[in-house]
Amino acid sequence: MLSNQQIVFENVSKFYGDVLGVNRVSLTIPPGITSLVGPNGSGKTTLMNLMTGLLLPTRGKISVLGISPQHPEQLFRQLGYCTQFDSFPRGFTGYQFVYSFLRLYGCTHIEAEQFTWRAIERVNMVDAAHRKIAGYSKGMRQRIKLAQSTCHGPSILVLDEPLNGLDPLVRAEVIALLRSLAEEGMHIVISSHVLHEVDMISDQVVLLSNGYVIAEGKIRGVRGELDDEQPMQVIVRCSAPSSLAAKVFAEDSVVEARMHKDGKGLLIKTRDPDKFYLLMNRLALNGIGVESVMPADDDVNSLYEYLIGSEESR
Amino acid sequence: MKTLWLTQIAAVLRLEMRKTFFSRRGLWVYLLALFPVMAYLGHTIQAIQRRRPCDFGQDTNIFANGFQFLDLRVVIFFGCLGIFMNLFRGEVLDRSLHYYFLAPIRREVLVVGKYLAGITAAVVIFTTSTILQFVALYAHFPQSTVMAYLRDGNGWSHLGSYVLATILGCIGYGSVFLLMGALFRNPIFPAAGVLIWEGINSFIPPVLQKFSVIYYLKSFCPIEVTPNIGPLSMLTVNADPISPAIAFIGILAFTGLVIFVAAWQVRRMEINYGSD
Repeated sequence: MLSNQQIVFENVSKFYGDVLGVNRVSLTIPPGITSLVGPNGSGKTTLMNLMTGLLLPTRGKISVLGISPQHPEQLFRQLGYCTQFDSFPRGFTGYQFVYSFLRLYGCTHIEAEQFTWRAIERVNMVDAAHRKIAGYSKGMRQRIKLAQSTCHGPSILVLDEPLNGLDPLVRAEVIALLRSLAEEGMHIVISSHVLHEVDMISDQVVLLSNGYVIAEGKIRGVRGELDDEQPMQVIVRCSAPSSLAAKVFAEDSVVEARMHKDGKGLLIKTRDPDKFYLLMNRLALNGIGVESVMPADDDVNSLYEYLIGSEESR
Repeated sequence: MKTLWLTQIAAVLRLEMRKTFFSRRGLWVYLLALFPVMAYLGHTIQAIQRRRPCDFGQDTNIFANGFQFLDLRVVIFFGCLGIFMNLFRGEVLDRSLHYYFLAPIRREVLVVGKYLAGITAAVVIFTTSTILQFVALYAHFPQSTVMAYLRDGNGWSHLGSYVLATILGCIGYGSVFLLMGALFRNPIFPAAGVLIWEGINSFIPPVLQKFSVIYYLKSFCPIEVTPNIGPLSMLTVNADPISPAIAFIGILAFTGLVIFVAAWQVRRMEINYGSD
């Protein structure tokens, strides 16, 4: 894929004095939803600030769809960034906030008004648009920031903890919105601590720890690379778990099989999931009543636990 | 597309004017600008109560002294400090500068837009103050005396010079404090340094004097202040006087240089509120 369709970090490091922000990051982010995952201080926000020019790299090069972050006049026609900072210009209403910054894009009054209402409607803030932001709840502030960062129709959206402070209904709406934007071909880079939601919406993940990228790619692909160290866990629901256990142990790749508490299934650990799934197909055809086969740890939560949990405990 | 930067400067102006003119934080600047007006008004009220106008020439000298010591060195200096230092520094403290940095606007254009907003506010506030001071001081004199001064005694020309010095003071000090706000995390000490530098201007070699705002502003003061005000009179002496035309060009060149450095600094600026 051409670098003018991707976000590219080439050997990027950022130090705050002696303190490490991120180190030697080489990363390519394709279109779709990419999640940056890592504990506090792992470098998620630093990466986002670097790609938007709010920070300058100590070393290395960054290109966002072929544009350097040092050219805001070009970059922010394509990019919107909803930061984690919960602060706003003093005395503004939600409408004035979105409208005033839209005028910096060179929009006329009528265009800015149209774009402002469109963005405000998208985040369901029409009723509160003319109220001062200082009186908004945390969730409303988060939504008006989202409106401000998307009001100009960017092709890349960078969101730092966008689900923070949102109630479950709005969370679901925002996730649906992000999905629909990604389906339209938009780049979405998101950082979140809510791993369950990251798992639901991400096409790919970047796992960070202590300023280093420790894994990147599609969740399943990253999980596959860990099969030797952390055998894949699969839950198999069946009517005869004991006889199933005996049969699966015949396979070299199966390293553990544990009976489920209710006696109607097995938790199996295997180093070769593909081979294991083929075996399940064969067994099902041979009359073992397999009700369902479900991976138990090929989600972001497990990746986080395996990769970052072990890093942190070192 | 050719005029995009103009549209953007207008948008920055609109945003900044809202904050500069109508913020509670800037209330002290209005009070500062009002202080000399109130002082002259007090003087006038006293004269009216005495039922005897003061000596016109003496009051003209009082205004000249007041303008050099109070207006230029205190009111405009600290007023510009309050307005221009906050253009970047205030937004860093409010954690809202990133909204500008995340818009498709060159940072140089942003600097110019913010500077023009500051200039507009400062010029409106301080020229109004200068004119009101003039009116307040001469209000107790008979109308015929005042009219004679305005028409035949260079009154209009004096007022014009004071207003011009006020505007140029805002332009010069504004650029210096804009740069300070962009350069330093805690600009109080650098500002104190500027205050001292401007204060000792008369005592430093003529070559160095050219790197201060007050050096140029003194050329616009139409009346030489009386020397009988003790050692402070040294501050008003221009050891190497220049013509107002050269002073005008000098202050604009000085401002241009400072704004250029400020734009360069803002272009390299990072958003790192945590450490501020």
